[in-house]
Order: sequence, then structure tokens, then C-alpha cells
Amino acid sequence: MEDSNDVYNELIMEHSMNSYNKKKLENADYSEIGHNPNCGDEITLELKLNGNIIEDMAFTGHGCAISQASTSIMIDTLRGKTVEDAKEIIKTFIEMIKRETTNEEDLKKLEDAIAFRNVSNMPARVKCALLAWHTLEDMLNKNENGGKGKINCCH
Amino acid sequence: MDTQEIKKDFPILENRKIAYLDSGATSQKPIQVINAIEEFYKKCNANPHRGAYSLSIEATEAYESTRNKVAKFINAKHAEEIIFSKNATESLNLIAYSYGMDKLKKGDEAVLSIMEHHSNLVPWQKVAKVTGSSLNYMYINKDFELTDEEIENKITSKTKIVGITHVSNVLGTINNVKKIIKYAHKMGAVVVVDASQSIPHMKIDVQDLDADFLVFSGHKMLAPLGIGVLYGKKELLNNMTPFLMGGDMIEYVYEQDTTFAPLPNKFEAGTQNVEGVVGLGAAIDYIENIGYENIQKMEQEVLDYAKQELSKLDYLTLYMTPNKQNHSSVISFNIKGVHPHDVASILDGEGVCVRSGNHCAQPLMRFLGIDSTCRASFYFYNTKEDVDKLVNALNKAYSMFKKYIKLS
Repeated sequence: MEDSNDVYNELIMEHSMNSYNKKKLENADYSEIGHNPNCGDEITLELKLNGNIIEDMAFTGHGCAISQASTSIMIDTLRGKTVEDAKEIIKTFIEMIKRETTNEEDLKKLEDAIAFRNVSNMPARVKCALLAWHTLEDMLNKNENGGKGKINCCH
Repeated sequence: MDTQEIKKDFPILENRKIAYLDSGATSQKPIQVINAIEEFYKKCNANPHRGAYSLSIEATEAYESTRNKVAKFINAKHAEEIIFSKNATESLNLIAYSYGMDKLKKGDEAVLSIMEHHSNLVPWQKVAKVTGSSLNYMYINKDFELTDEEIENKITSKTKIVGITHVSNVLGTINNVKKIIKYAHKMGAVVVVDASQSIPHMKIDVQDLDADFLVFSGHKMLAPLGIGVLYGKKELLNNMTPFLMGGDMIEYVYEQDTTFAPLPNKFEAGTQNVEGVVGLGAAIDYIENIGYENIQKMEQEVLDYAKQELSKLDYLTLYMTPNKQNHSSVISFNIKGVHPHDVASILDGEGVCVRSGNHCAQPLMRFLGIDSTCRASFYFYNTKEDVDKLVNALNKAYSMFKKYIKLS
């Protein structure tokens, strides 16, 4: 059994209960809904790109503290990154949660998102932590395959 | 009866120092059930109904004698009214497909309570879509109960099926199924009772209830996973077409046609879960040995204590009827402003097992205006110490979230 204090730390609690990233995004380019049917968690992630740079993201929806905090911290971590770098960081985050990597150098890329490291010891909560990251991954892949504005465009 | 002594019958409760409060999902198993399964494989395993040799005959005997035992246990008139299935879900699907699909037609109605588990709800949606019949719901009042008025408003002369859970797996509400059945029969409807949450805790008498169909899973009443029961009145079962086709459910098979075996084999296609049936038999023996009266006495003491202690926590919302006589062994709750999954994770860290989520009852959750709850469900092996552990763990969860909680 994991000590819950390791997961429900200050950073995660702040982001889960009072996130400044939880809002509608003005002039978003893309929007994607992610949900975990088993727990009823549902988020709508919005993305604004500037060329190849993630200019801004925001989210709305509801879910547990881990899914909400993970979404908010992901947004902080990836804001300003290129799409390529973002994909790399998403991959590393998923690997960390699934315990496929413990390489400290790689994990540094995650910045604050490393706070979710201990979720890898809580198999029941892995899905919660990954919801936003999988949602963004889907959104970026669709964007790449379909060209800007073709899929899930908000306008 | 001493609960501490009883706990010793359950190896998992000795091996793991946990407060197991999820018996509504599945009960733990006493050593007597585990041993019965082991003995079966060591001494009697063969395919029943197949061989002429004595081992197969013994396996058949183990299987069929349990059918008699189940019939006696729920006071069915005939042993062939007991059909073994995988679980309550499969039993309900059998009824929906073999009875509902054939007997319902456009203009007919099926009526369910809003408390139904998805297993007694989704199959009836399918029946409604295929047959063109409609699906109506009986809603609960502010005490989380069905009123007579609601029952009599919703069950009409057009109603052909009433699906009702004996005890709600979310609210613990005990429905007066006897009364509902009596009224439904007056209106000409057939009643399907889901006894999954009641049979672990209270005596079921299908003749006294006058239930047309009644289903339950073995694993919530001390038996192994993967064994369920369908009870159906003989005259109904005789007039139904088989659900699954294959070996053992036939009489004569020709190239283009088949005649089917009589009850109960007609509804038991393929090699059955004999291990599960043997385990179910041992579980019935165990329950009868302790006696429902003692089970209820032990449970009630712990449940009363749990209600008393949880009611003191003003940060909790409890979802249960205030009418004690209408409530059984399940307490759903939320810490106001905190998601139940987070609460359940923190409780897990303290060695307390509760379920969180929608409990396979999304329409009920929507009706209550919530997404999910935490649920503590009790059985006779639970103690007041388990309740104390729950309360302490809840206090910890609340203290962790307290300063961040925003109540809208």
C-alpha cells in the first residue's frame, strides 16, 4: 500500500482543487474530449498552436484530484514547447507512470509533472493520471495526420 | 456467535490486515468453501452427465445434489426450477432473451426501478429496442425508497415485465418485493427479482414472495466467482426457448433440426462450472450452519455502529434511508467536495477497502445528481474495529483535503 501523502502532495492538491488552467480557451485551434468511462472522469482539452509551438492550453470537465491535477500540470509543462518536444515529454510521462523508465535524465524533462511519479505504485489510479496525456497525444496525432484545422476544430 | 471466531474461518482476513468493506462487490470465502472445492478436484472431478463410469456419476451427483440444496435453500417447489449460470448477469440475460424477446411486443411495457444495477437494466433496453416495447422507471423519494403510489402509477395493465432489485447495491434500500409482486400480478405482469444483494443477508423464499424469476450470484454469498443461479417458475421456464445452444441441452440433433432436453438441462449448455456449484453448496451449508438469524444479528450490530459513527462526521453526505427497517448492509457516502476515487485511494493506504464509482448504476447516479460515491458494504465477518478503521481513515482523508475543498 502506497502512503497516500506521497501522491496527494501540495503541488497536486493545489492544481486539482484550484487550477488557473481550468477555463475555456479563447480562440482555441483544437478541442478533444477525454474520458474514463469506468470512473466517469471527463475533460475537454483545448489547444492553441502558433506554428509548431503550443501557445496555450486549457481544460474544463470533472474528475478526481489526480486526473484534474495531472491535466493542469501537463498544461504548465507543455505550454511554450514545440509539438515534437511535447510528444517526447508525453511519451516519457506515460513511460514513467507505467514504470517503463526510471532514467533520471529523461525524467527531468517532465519538470513539475514528475510529481506523479508515485502514481506508478497505485495501479488503480494510473488511468486517472494518464487521461489528459492520452487525450493530448490523440489530439496531436490527429492534427499531424489530418492537417491543421481538419479534425476537432473549434471554429 | 463471536465475530472474532467467525473471522478465523476466512483465511484472507487473517492473512491481510485489512478492513474489508466491499462485500457488496464480492464476499470473502470461508475455509469450508475453499476446502470443498479442493476436495472435489482431489476426489470427484469428472465431466458430469457424460460418463458411465463411477467417477463421472459422482461428479454428476455433486452437481445435481447441489441443485436440490439450492431449491431447498430458497424454497423452490421443484429442483428443476433452479438453473445454474455464470452469475446474476447471465441469469438476467437469459430471462431477457428467452422470455422478454419472445413475449413482449409493441405497446407492451417493461417497468424497472431506477435503483437497478446495469445487469437488470441494459438487457431490458435491448428487449425494448428489438420488440418495440417501452421501458419505464419507478423513481425513489427523498428517503431513497419506492412509494406505493409510484409503484401503482408505473405498473399498468400494459406492463408485462417488472424488474426489481430486492436490495439496492448503492443505497442499501430494501424493496418490499412481495408487495410489488402482488400488485404486478394483479396487473398481469411477470416479475424478475434481483436478489444478488439480499440473499447473502436474508432468507429468500420464492414461494412466499411468489416471484416469477429470481436471480443471484454465488460469489456475493461466500461461494466462488463464476457461479450464479436463475430461479424460474416451472411453467414459465417450460414455455421458453433455450438461451445458449450446444452440448447437454439437447434431446435429438438432426442435420437441420434439434429437439431440446427438458428442464433444467435445456438452459445449461456445455460443460458446467461444477467446481462453482460444489462451492455454492458448501457456502449454503456454511450460511445455514450459522443461520440467517445470527448473521443478521451480527451484521445489525456493526451496521448500527457504522451509521452512528458516520453520522457524526459532518463533512460526509450519506445516501441512505432513515427508516432502519428498510436498510441493509450498504452505506454510500461522499466527503463533500472531494472525489470518491481520491477518498478510496487514501482509505486503501490505511488498509480500508471500499468501492468508489458509479457501482454499475449510472441512471441512479444521474437521478441523484451525482457522478459517483464511495460505498462501504458489510457482512457478518465485519467488526466494530473495521468501522473504527474506516472512520479514522476518513478523518485522515478529510484532513488532507480540508484546506483545498471548494464547495459550490
